[in-house]
Amino acid sequence: MTDDELIWRISGGSGDGIASTSQNFAKALMRSGLNVFTHRHYPSRIRGGHTYTEVRASSDPVNSRGDGYNFLLALGDSFARNPQEEAVYGNEEIKPLSENLDELREGGVIVYDEGLLDASEIPDFEERAEENDWHVYPLDLRGLARDMGREVMRNTAGVGATCALTGMDLNHVEDLMRDAMPEKILEPNIEILETAYDQVSEEYDVDAPDVSVPTGEHDETQLLMSGSDAISYGAIDEGCRFIAGYPMTPWTEVFTIMTQNLPSLGGISEQVEDEIAAAALAVGASHAGVKAMSGSSGGGFALMSEPLGLAEMTETPVVLVEAMRAGPSTGMPTKPEQSDLEHVLYTSQGDSQRVVLAPGTVEEAYEQSRIAFRLAYEYQIPSILLYDQKLGGEMTNVPKSHFDREPNPTLGKTLTEDALADEPHSPDGKFHRFQHDVEDGVSPRSIPGQKGGRFLATGNEHSPTGHIEESPDNRVAQIDRRTQKLEAIRADLDQEDTGSYVGPDDAQYGILTFGSQQGTVEEAVGRLNDAGISVKSYGVSDMLPFPTEQVEAFVESVDEVLVVEMTASGQFRGLVQKNLGRYGEKLSSLLKYNGNPFEPAEIVDGFEAAIIEGDGDASGHQTTFVPAAGD
Amino acid sequence: MSTFSAIGEEREIDRDEYTPGVEPQPTWCPGCGDFSVLKALKQALPEVGRSPEETLLCTGIGCSGKLNSYLDTYGFHTIHGRSLPVARAAKLANPDLEVIAAGGDGDGYGIGGNHFLHTARENHDMTYIVFNNEIFGLTKGQTSPTSPKGHKSKTQPHGSAKEPLKPLSLSLNAGASYVARTAAVNPNQAKEIIIEAIEHDGFAHVDFLTQCPTWNKDARQYVPYIDVNESDDYDFDKTDRVEAAEMMRQTEESLYEGEVLTGRYYVDEDRPSYGSEKQTIGEMPEEPLAERYWDDDYEWERSHDEFLDKHA
Repeated sequence: MTDDELIWRISGGSGDGIASTSQNFAKALMRSGLNVFTHRHYPSRIRGGHTYTEVRASSDPVNSRGDGYNFLLALGDSFARNPQEEAVYGNEEIKPLSENLDELREGGVIVYDEGLLDASEIPDFEERAEENDWHVYPLDLRGLARDMGREVMRNTAGVGATCALTGMDLNHVEDLMRDAMPEKILEPNIEILETAYDQVSEEYDVDAPDVSVPTGEHDETQLLMSGSDAISYGAIDEGCRFIAGYPMTPWTEVFTIMTQNLPSLGGISEQVEDEIAAAALAVGASHAGVKAMSGSSGGGFALMSEPLGLAEMTETPVVLVEAMRAGPSTGMPTKPEQSDLEHVLYTSQGDSQRVVLAPGTVEEAYEQSRIAFRLAYEYQIPSILLYDQKLGGEMTNVPKSHFDREPNPTLGKTLTEDALADEPHSPDGKFHRFQHDVEDGVSPRSIPGQKGGRFLATGNEHSPTGHIEESPDNRVAQIDRRTQKLEAIRADLDQEDTGSYVGPDDAQYGILTFGSQQGTVEEAVGRLNDAGISVKSYGVSDMLPFPTEQVEAFVESVDEVLVVEMTASGQFRGLVQKNLGRYGEKLSSLLKYNGNPFEPAEIVDGFEAAIIEGDGDASGHQTTFVPAAGD
Repeated sequence: MSTFSAIGEEREIDRDEYTPGVEPQPTWCPGCGDFSVLKALKQALPEVGRSPEETLLCTGIGCSGKLNSYLDTYGFHTIHGRSLPVARAAKLANPDLEVIAAGGDGDGYGIGGNHFLHTARENHDMTYIVFNNEIFGLTKGQTSPTSPKGHKSKTQPHGSAKEPLKPLSLSLNAGASYVARTAAVNPNQAKEIIIEAIEHDGFAHVDFLTQCPTWNKDARQYVPYIDVNESDDYDFDKTDRVEAAEMMRQTEESLYEGEVLTGRYYVDEDRPSYGSEKQTIGEMPEEPLAERYWDDDYEWERSHDEFLDKHA
């Protein structure tokens, strides 16, 4: 935790513009030279309900949400239901204020819209404020917005108040409003912003802010980007021009970004009847020679099991993305979890022949989206990019130069008609698309419409021409060849370790994690080392084929390893043990599955309680410790 | 040499080109109606001038799925019920291909029913042949979506309590722009209908009655059949939705009363295919997307140049 950071939380109801306001504010902070990171919390509801977004800003790099936050802008929930405490959902009207108090740090600031929120309805509000040294600013944001424009512009008034109270210059906010807002609403918004700023500055002593905005400087152009943006841009830069899908939270983000961008690139997006069709369309388009993708979240991905297996058996390159949310079944649609790991690794009948990558950060999401496509097409295998609601929706600044790379539209081992003529064919002219003995197990392919390339793709076991064939020798040769591709892919991936390592090489302890918890784990590792505990972390991205050698070396090098993941059953620890085949006595788990991602302090405290003090769960956190085998 | 030189090549095509060397003799039971679909396709394809290597035949699972083994074209023997989504994506990726999908009544009207509805609704430019034998053949004789009410089988020991599905009416209502029924016992009509279906610019659905002599012995052999377009007993305009719907209703009811009616039921030549609709709204390129990956001069766009400034 850096002392010099602003963690600003804006709360309200769904439909109140929390997401867009926070995004603009985050961008303003980024433009002012700060590093930013956002964390969002929202219900599965179109209008109303407890929603917030946190924007963390610091001059130091930030790759995680913080521990709690220090500035609350509580707007009213315009769609709150039933203001009765006895109602199932409680008094929703006060929730933007009441639900956010537990995590507000000591000395923090509260700005709330007294036009909509009545603090006297919150039990012990004043006492709590006093105990925690909170600085409370009740402002009639709604009234101000109504007088100068429209009520919905109260977000802007809140941002103006935030700037006044944190010592933040209005320039960047105004620039952004000019970029984003149509003329008609721009002027009243600017006026509201400035008025709120001036009123707060006059009414209160803002020269020594309770919480101030840090200052920083970037030495190159930064972009504010989410994991979903990064995945989409990675796909586009690999020449993906076809996507098929069906809406489902949180995968819909990637589907939407691709769908909005593809027409300008002469690409095709198809919203179809269900996820079976979506994945089957991606397979069909790829078979016809186009780089294609599909994706979904847990339940929708379950429907893709069959086309996924078809892609494996017919060796049709395809990329699927899976945006995890809390399960089982419909679970908690807008809350993150990592519990689809085993689902994605093993779903579909027979022995899995697929690639599964789980990026840990927004930058890695771009990187690994590209790797997923490259591997899918070079090795003729489905690649799955596994991420979650957290990584998909969190926004952070990434240098623009990160994306300044060459496109890679190549189809992999695909033959021209000239080259096809030299390949083996049956006497009747059928091309041997699935040859037994080929380098890395990859048999070059033809595309329908090519002369001399005709073959049969089938989900049945097949001969070199694709003809259905069940003889034992052919079966063994084909399955061995397809499996061999995974060994080749492992060797390919080993050329550049995509794992993320933090902490001293010779550390006494280790933390293993995968996917989106990586940034939070790394912040915790920094704090543990600052506190004199020698620990290092390894964020693993390759789920299949698994980097067994690297993980084994990591585990071997330390006394004990804590495996951190957002599952209830320790799926990632299970995967590690399955691949390593030993070290069960060295691996314990820290799990969280309450619908909210880890905060760094939960990992710090969990690690200290479990490993250093050896007495299990850390108090005060909703995390679970599972000891190592034999303990 | 262009990328896909099999496409649009001007030459005489011999029907023997569609006979594979590996398994020239189909394994369907003697007397099976499926032979007639194969024969009709082998006759129709040379006549419409589409060669094996510019044709993509996508099948589902079942006896009908074996069509891919006996008709030598580019083929994709997909999974049960999923031939249509695979096929229509291939057509979008490369509209120059001749795309034909085929499957059984269980495949197309049962497990793949959702895809059937939506592919018809979208009016993709392709041909869909359903081998309708009113039974599950390959799994040995279970009741299917088109089996008559009261049909007894190992999975319906007391006789099916369900009314059969009405494929022609369903197709029309879903949005198919060409709907026909033919029968295995009527090879000339079958060939003509398949030719029309392939040439039709839109979703052409052919319900092909294929008798199953092994598992549906009780069923008719679909003889005698009546061509509703030629018989004097029937008079309707196949370009009129209302008249077509009524003719379909009669046909679907009379099948279970022992009268086999066949022919073209609905033809809409005016409705644009899905691909051209999509091109009209700017969501599909004019040039086949599949060609672009072989164009050495194409400047592939980068996100860096196209989309990143809005994030700054």
